[in-house]
Amino acid sequence: MHMDSYANLIPLVVLVPAIGALINLVLGHKLGERISGLVGVTASVLAFIFSVMIFAYLSDPAVVTGMVIDPVALFDGWVRVGSEAGFHVDIPWQFRVDTISAVMLLVVTGVGSLIHIYSIGYMHGDPKYGRFFAFLNMFMMFMLILVTGNNFLMMFVGWEGVGLMSYLLIGFWWDKSGPVGWKNSDAGRKAMIANRVGDFGIIMASILIFWTFGTLNYYSPGEVANTCYVLEHAHVISEEQAEHGECDMEAVNAFAAGEADHGEATEEGEHSEEGDANAGIVLVQDTEGGGEADHAEEGTADTEHSEAEADHAEDADAHAAEGEHGEAHMSVEEMTNANFLPGQMGVFNQLSTLANLDEGEEVVWNLDANGNAIMRGREVDFGPFSTDISVMLFLIIFFLLLGATGKSAQIPLFVWLPDAMAGPTPVSALMHAATMVTAGVYLLVRSNGFLAFSPEGRFLIAIIGASTALMAGIIAMGQWDIKRVLAFSTVSQLGFMVAAVGVGAYVAAIFHLATHAVFKALLFLGSGSVIHGVEHGHHHVHEHSGHDEHHDDHEHPFDPQDMRNMGGLRSRMPITFITYLIGTFALSGLPIFAGFWSKDEILLDALVHGSESTHPLDQLAGFLVFFILLIAAAFTAFYMWRQIQMVFFGDPRSDAAAHAPESVATMTVPLVILAIGATFIGLINVPGGAWPFTLFYKEHEFSHFLEASIPSVTTGHVLSFNWLVAGIATLFAFLAIFVAHSIYAGNKAVRGEHGAEDGRDPLQDQPSTSQLFAAAERRLYWDDFYFTTVVRPYQRVAAFLANVIDWSFWHDYVHDKVIKRGYDAISGLLANPLDIGLIDGAVNGIGRLVNYFSGRFRTVQTGYVRTYAVVLLLGVVAVIVLMVLPLIPTGS
Amino acid sequence: MENAGLLTTAVLFLPLIGLTVLLFFNGKTQVENIKWTTFGFTILTFLASLVMWANFDTSVAGLQMVHQWQWLDIQVGGNNIVSTYYVGVDGLSMLLVLLTTFVMPIAVLASFSMHVLEERGRQKLYYGFLLLLEWAMLGVFFIQDLIIFYVFWEVTLVPMYFLIGIWGAERRVYAAVKFFLYTMAGSILMLIAILYVANVTGTFLLPDIIAQVQANPNIWNEWSGAASASDVTGALLFFGFFVAFAIKVPIFPFHSWLPDAHVQAPTTGSVILAGVLLKMGTYGLVRFNLSMFPEQSVQYAGFIAALGVIGIIYGAWVSYAQTDVKKLVAYTSISHLGFVVVGIFALNSQGIQGATLQMVNHGISTGGLFLVVGIMYERYHTKAMEAYGGIWRIAPAFGAVALIISLSSMGLPGLNGFIGEFTILLGSLGSTYLGFFFTLFATLGVIMAAVYILSMFQHVFMGELKVPHGEDAGTFSLNLKWNEVAVLVPIIVLIFWIGVQPGGFFDVMNASTNELVAHVESSQTEVVEANPVETNAEFAYVGEPVTSEAAE
Repeated sequence: MHMDSYANLIPLVVLVPAIGALINLVLGHKLGERISGLVGVTASVLAFIFSVMIFAYLSDPAVVTGMVIDPVALFDGWVRVGSEAGFHVDIPWQFRVDTISAVMLLVVTGVGSLIHIYSIGYMHGDPKYGRFFAFLNMFMMFMLILVTGNNFLMMFVGWEGVGLMSYLLIGFWWDKSGPVGWKNSDAGRKAMIANRVGDFGIIMASILIFWTFGTLNYYSPGEVANTCYVLEHAHVISEEQAEHGECDMEAVNAFAAGEADHGEATEEGEHSEEGDANAGIVLVQDTEGGGEADHAEEGTADTEHSEAEADHAEDADAHAAEGEHGEAHMSVEEMTNANFLPGQMGVFNQLSTLANLDEGEEVVWNLDANGNAIMRGREVDFGPFSTDISVMLFLIIFFLLLGATGKSAQIPLFVWLPDAMAGPTPVSALMHAATMVTAGVYLLVRSNGFLAFSPEGRFLIAIIGASTALMAGIIAMGQWDIKRVLAFSTVSQLGFMVAAVGVGAYVAAIFHLATHAVFKALLFLGSGSVIHGVEHGHHHVHEHSGHDEHHDDHEHPFDPQDMRNMGGLRSRMPITFITYLIGTFALSGLPIFAGFWSKDEILLDALVHGSESTHPLDQLAGFLVFFILLIAAAFTAFYMWRQIQMVFFGDPRSDAAAHAPESVATMTVPLVILAIGATFIGLINVPGGAWPFTLFYKEHEFSHFLEASIPSVTTGHVLSFNWLVAGIATLFAFLAIFVAHSIYAGNKAVRGEHGAEDGRDPLQDQPSTSQLFAAAERRLYWDDFYFTTVVRPYQRVAAFLANVIDWSFWHDYVHDKVIKRGYDAISGLLANPLDIGLIDGAVNGIGRLVNYFSGRFRTVQTGYVRTYAVVLLLGVVAVIVLMVLPLIPTGS
Repeated sequence: MENAGLLTTAVLFLPLIGLTVLLFFNGKTQVENIKWTTFGFTILTFLASLVMWANFDTSVAGLQMVHQWQWLDIQVGGNNIVSTYYVGVDGLSMLLVLLTTFVMPIAVLASFSMHVLEERGRQKLYYGFLLLLEWAMLGVFFIQDLIIFYVFWEVTLVPMYFLIGIWGAERRVYAAVKFFLYTMAGSILMLIAILYVANVTGTFLLPDIIAQVQANPNIWNEWSGAASASDVTGALLFFGFFVAFAIKVPIFPFHSWLPDAHVQAPTTGSVILAGVLLKMGTYGLVRFNLSMFPEQSVQYAGFIAALGVIGIIYGAWVSYAQTDVKKLVAYTSISHLGFVVVGIFALNSQGIQGATLQMVNHGISTGGLFLVVGIMYERYHTKAMEAYGGIWRIAPAFGAVALIISLSSMGLPGLNGFIGEFTILLGSLGSTYLGFFFTLFATLGVIMAAVYILSMFQHVFMGELKVPHGEDAGTFSLNLKWNEVAVLVPIIVLIFWIGVQPGGFFDVMNASTNELVAHVESSQTEVVEANPVETNAEFAYVGEPVTSEAAE
């Protein structure tokens, strides 16, 4: 079938990079650079092509009611534990791609492919060339598992997999000689452990989710994520058909008005399931009318209570479409998930049923083996505890968020990401910055079904995201390392996305994720090109001046990533400069460029969330997020313009910068491609009212695409362009650039007398800002804080437990002294009297045994073996005697 | 079915036949023959156990492939004393049997190039002990008669005692004696408990005893033959068995013998110790404690699982501070087996199945880690971590294998360790007797495992290359021998196999575990029915959902 053939592409997307990795891993050193690179690039480009096909399939309006590719199961299950009491564990290897996954697929394989191509040039001459491409391919494979898995555990496989690959890629040059190599491996370890703390959250969340819902699957096969959306689209189709004179609109309207009864409905329909479908719809009507409805049915038929009115009409439309046109993809029943009992569905739809129940109310949740109904209410039992589902939800969200803060570098676990930049390549840095770190945002957006029912959870997410955005923006101002500025910028932008999730702007979060991936990839690759150029300039200078390089390195280690060693590169590296400038505009959110549209959407959504929500926490979150992000956006523009000034303008501050050449074509072509993307990609989601762009682009096309997979967003929620909000944001950005320009323009950040370390920032010399700059330079003391409160105490306790408690006390004192000496003393007392009373052989045996205790025994001699055998025999005899004795009747 | 029973006996006695064959060789001149004969018999045993696995009926909950023969029936003053050779497997023991027969050929193969064997000689004795050990361990997993079980349990000590004592490191005698006495001390309590149990039930046969317990869960406290039967009796019996097993596992705080034994044992000794011997303890808990004392198991589940959780954290923490590679790995065992204990005393299907799978996983990954350490020890002749460094530079493939084994031990999803840990944690949260806080603290072990494993890997495999004394850094290479490569391959295969496709392993356990869980549960309900007032008070803290606490 048409649909199935596309579904079969999903495992292929994952498999192709896996094969590429395997080839390079096994044969890497034999293939040579060209073939290794070719294998790696081919694998990722193939994955990209498959992803485009899947994406194109999903965006085809003709299949819009099908919307989601059904899960594809691989192998014979995965974790399965049959249980007679409680939930049956059955977690499959199952792929499922909906529109969120499809966007992630494009981002991962698209950006990933460019990284692969770029690496061909960047890694040229590295002895571990083949291994590098194997790691890149494996990274991609795990990332793809992460976004295509249909359950939390499979997502976790990808999640930990990318963590492992980042450990290996950050520490890729652990084998550099001296402390540099060790520092690289340290950075990798730090990343892995910080992420492991997050993984703790994911494991806890998964377990809690399991005991709440009895499954870890997002959706069951055939289940619809956003019922309203699908029904609406069914409606759209019927209207289109109506225009062509194929649809009886009178009947549709009549049904919508509730005049149709069962009889008419069945007349209309030709399918056998028509009656059931009507039953679902009629029950919805009942709810509206009398409120005496069977909630079990209601929950399955309608996931959105607040939208019941709209749904009702849509149901009717959909029904009509179904009735009149047999070629429609799904029956109404299928569109509304009426085929499923709550317990048979995935976690999200199940949740919307359970969380919408009233106190004490129960529904038929599932059927047991004998076909009897299992009832459930809001209560969730887990182990000896029992709680309302809202409490459970908050716990789940809390632990999921902990996981997301690890992978997406949010407070409090962001500390690993900047260190990852100290690692080897801009390429691997980028893998993390543009790809891996989005996993946390993806997870939160994926879990939007949870967030819809937990204002506290949303609030927590919004606050974490917003404060991370601001904090990282401040730190980025005080960094000297070109990649580290970008790293903190990434932390900050991820904060934007997380905050967006917190204010319910899921589409905006994914939108920003996509645009950010493009322009941040551009910036990282641009910085790689800059570093590459400065390094080459450095070598060039050394070759010509005839210095002994080793000697020089020893005295003044030259850091090609330090911006104090740069300056004036715009004329030396023109392509890099222009593309970098475009990336900066996009990141700063200047109009037209990609970041403008996505950031604006987050700000606007936050503001509307604050003003239109009913829950006080939501209102607070909305306004807080709006104002904090506005300030963070200003910081963004500021530190980026500082960087542009320090790197590209002014005079070269080192010989290396003065001799830096432009990079090769394999590196600049990806830059140009990404620059074009960074300019235009924001237009995929032009909001209504943003004239003149709306003339050329469909309004909110991206939003509509995503909504199919995001039940919490109801259609019609998309907001029009708000000139005021966009104006204020733009004003802030320009203002920040203006301030940065006045501070840094004209070569004011200069290299000091003794090299890069002495270079001073103008802010350092201003008394009013010097303290702020110092704090920013020290990363607001986060690392110091963790070192003193976590790392050092952990090590000390470990040493104390190991050396004092376990060894000196428990092992040496208690066992070797107290127990042994006590035994020795007793045996000394008993030895003589016992000696007299027992047979020779036994005496010898026991005596030898006692000798062991005393430590007088030196070697194991054959004589002892025989003696021991005698003792063992005696032991067996004793056992039998002991066994027999109690059975001998006493007296009677 | 009768033939199937003979298969069990065949698997059990193949190593012993091998041992007999070994006697005909000359220990001085026919070393190669001795090596290969031993290897051949362990492989034969492994193949035979695979046939058992193939014939295993996953739908049967009880024992299958049973073979019995009454060997003792004496009349003493009108009482019959009957002891039966009764062997068979069920879902609880099948995987452990396979683990044993899988680990033994690897251990034998790893011995082929062991330096210490060349040095101290007596290879015939050595390989003889390996076969004796395999026989005894298989006996422990097969035997269903308490008294014969006890004999096998004790016999495992003897070869291991000599393996450590003769072919171990510097303080081998101390470690061997400590290992022996420590275990022996626990076993004595078990022996007493066994005799009491036999007196109460009039039989040594476990299936019969379980049937009696099922009929009357309160049997231990109600026995009229005892002069002072009281509520304490059941608890004493339970702990008689428990302490013996806890020492073997070892459960914190009975672990003091383990670092000594592991550090001093030769590589093979450590592999077998970690791979199989420790599992006898956890197996005993499932097989004897849960099935004979369901009521007490429920009563003390929280307490024992708490020991397990402490073990997880304590083992991981202590492990991180070790400077001796082997000792580090030894302490990780305490942490990993803590997970197993938590799983067992979750007393639900998820927990027990996860625990049983984790026993296998631990055998594979920790056994693998000991093999890796052993391979390096053969070159460096030291276990001090500071002597190692940068090994990945000179041995890319070996480094990758070591990384995979380390990650499996750390519980990376997609590899075997994760499956067991996750299922255990799943069980503990859903368990009526444990719950959220047990899971929360146990899960911390996941973070701590990353800390010690990655630190170990970084120090040994990354950084500057350090070479053994007298070696030149420019030319030094590990020069792996064929047998060293051959032992690592099956371990890697299993790590991925169980990580990706554990379904078949779970299926084996399913029926038996569910029956055991039902058995434990039924003891609960019957007690409540029989004596509602008393038991309610007694079990309030485990049986009732703590609503007030949860509502906060």
